[in-house]
Amino acid sequence: MEKLSIFEVMGPIMIGPSSSHTAGAVRIGNMARKLLNEEPKTMKIYFHGSFAETYKGHGTDVAIVGGLLGYRPDDERIRTSLKDAQEKGIEVEFHRFDLPNAHPNTIKLDLTRSDGTHLTLIGASVGGGEIVITRIDNFSVELRGKYPTVWILHVDRPGIIAKVTSTLALNGINIAFLEAFREDKGALSSMIIQTDHEVFQDAMKEIESFIGVKSCRYIEPI
Amino acid sequence: MSKLFLIKEMVERAEKLKVSISDVVIDYEIRTSETTREEILARMAKTLKVMKEAVDKGMEQKTPSKSGMISDEAWRMRERIKEGKTLAGGVIPLALAKALAVSTVNASMGKIVAGPTAGSCGIVPGALLAVAELNDLDDSRIIRGLLTAAILGTVVARKATLSGAAGGCQAECGVASAMAAGGLVEMMGGTPVQVSEAFSLALKNMLGLVCDPVAGLVEVPCVKRNAMAASHAIVAAELSLAGIASVIPADEVIEAMNEIGDALPRSLKETALGGLANTATGKCIAKEFLGDIKS
Repeated sequence: MEKLSIFEVMGPIMIGPSSSHTAGAVRIGNMARKLLNEEPKTMKIYFHGSFAETYKGHGTDVAIVGGLLGYRPDDERIRTSLKDAQEKGIEVEFHRFDLPNAHPNTIKLDLTRSDGTHLTLIGASVGGGEIVITRIDNFSVELRGKYPTVWILHVDRPGIIAKVTSTLALNGINIAFLEAFREDKGALSSMIIQTDHEVFQDAMKEIESFIGVKSCRYIEPI
Repeated sequence: MSKLFLIKEMVERAEKLKVSISDVVIDYEIRTSETTREEILARMAKTLKVMKEAVDKGMEQKTPSKSGMISDEAWRMRERIKEGKTLAGGVIPLALAKALAVSTVNASMGKIVAGPTAGSCGIVPGALLAVAELNDLDDSRIIRGLLTAAILGTVVARKATLSGAAGGCQAECGVASAMAAGGLVEMMGGTPVQVSEAFSLALKNMLGLVCDPVAGLVEVPCVKRNAMAASHAIVAAELSLAGIASVIPADEVIEAMNEIGDALPRSLKETALGGLANTATGKCIAKEFLGDIKS
């Protein structure tokens, strides 16, 4: 079972009105922003379950957009995030959708980068501001934003996982959780490594230089 | 001690070591977050500061919320206390005022401490700060109470849920009231067993509470429920400090809450589809306020 700090229960310090509908949504936005690695050009936001019923009343709409703009859950600018996004020329759309068997507070995001490429992501706000990202593009994941995380997209070939993990070991980084996922044999694969230590640029650059590694991103805890 | 799952284990450990519950909490947090005692106390002091700021801000607030359902409730309560003609004496009206204040700030998208959730954020500060004020307790004592309240909620989070969408309002305001009750006992120097009993007494009396917010807003019935749940925490602490125990142990009450939460229909778990949200007035307000949502 995951460790749980008392400050996750007596906390977070946040902008109201709902920890699951506001703070959790901000954190899903923060996580998506880090995965995208830039400010989205367009944001398509899909709400499922309780989110679909109440997103406006609880401020989930301003929260997710605020999170995507990089605002943290205690940032008072969240209140004006829709206006802020509009002023930056970011297109924002809200939709409702139904995802069978998903957590009642689930959001799907379809974000566009400046080069026109997309990132899609599914995440749930599971209570008290805690989140879990369950899907990034076509890859199933389980990311909670609690650990320093390395996300690697690579060609599915023998030895890549070993190379990456030994690089981390040589840099003194202990792996807490490792998830590897591929769409098909020999196709593009995804590796998500949650660690106990901060991963520095040197290690990231080394991993990025391996043949077969398409992209390598470091996501600090949010 | 980082593998702390049961309230019973926590009480036994405190008794064995002859320390208070909050000492056990500090030990748990040091191991869980790989931090120091000083950092924990400093972080809880910062938490307390945000709570006090929200109380002060909310007491002055007379502007209506976006929906117009919430406006000057905390201020009205404060004025009544000033006039010196309260029905329930000193501490209950003060707890009502402080809880209303924090909840009002929350409803207007201000800064609060979600403890355990934003929808229930007025209960712990309302109860603890009112009792502390009237008993001249310093911040270090309030922090002891907050640490205790926090661990009680942590046990619930690990065994059940703190989400209204998953377990109904019993998991939010119910748990907050039980956390506050335990925190009050610790703050007033009660025994570890009394902390646990206060928690059980409060949570038992909140079982089955549904989450049916009008228009999906954290306003009705949430804001006034925070005030009532804060007073409820004081009542539970009072009973426990008098030596009155719960027949059902704390950990079993949490299990019951989980079972009840699972049995509640979706319409009563933060979907704004049933209960108060589904009344004629509730639907009318929802239609007026949410009329411009894209379907």
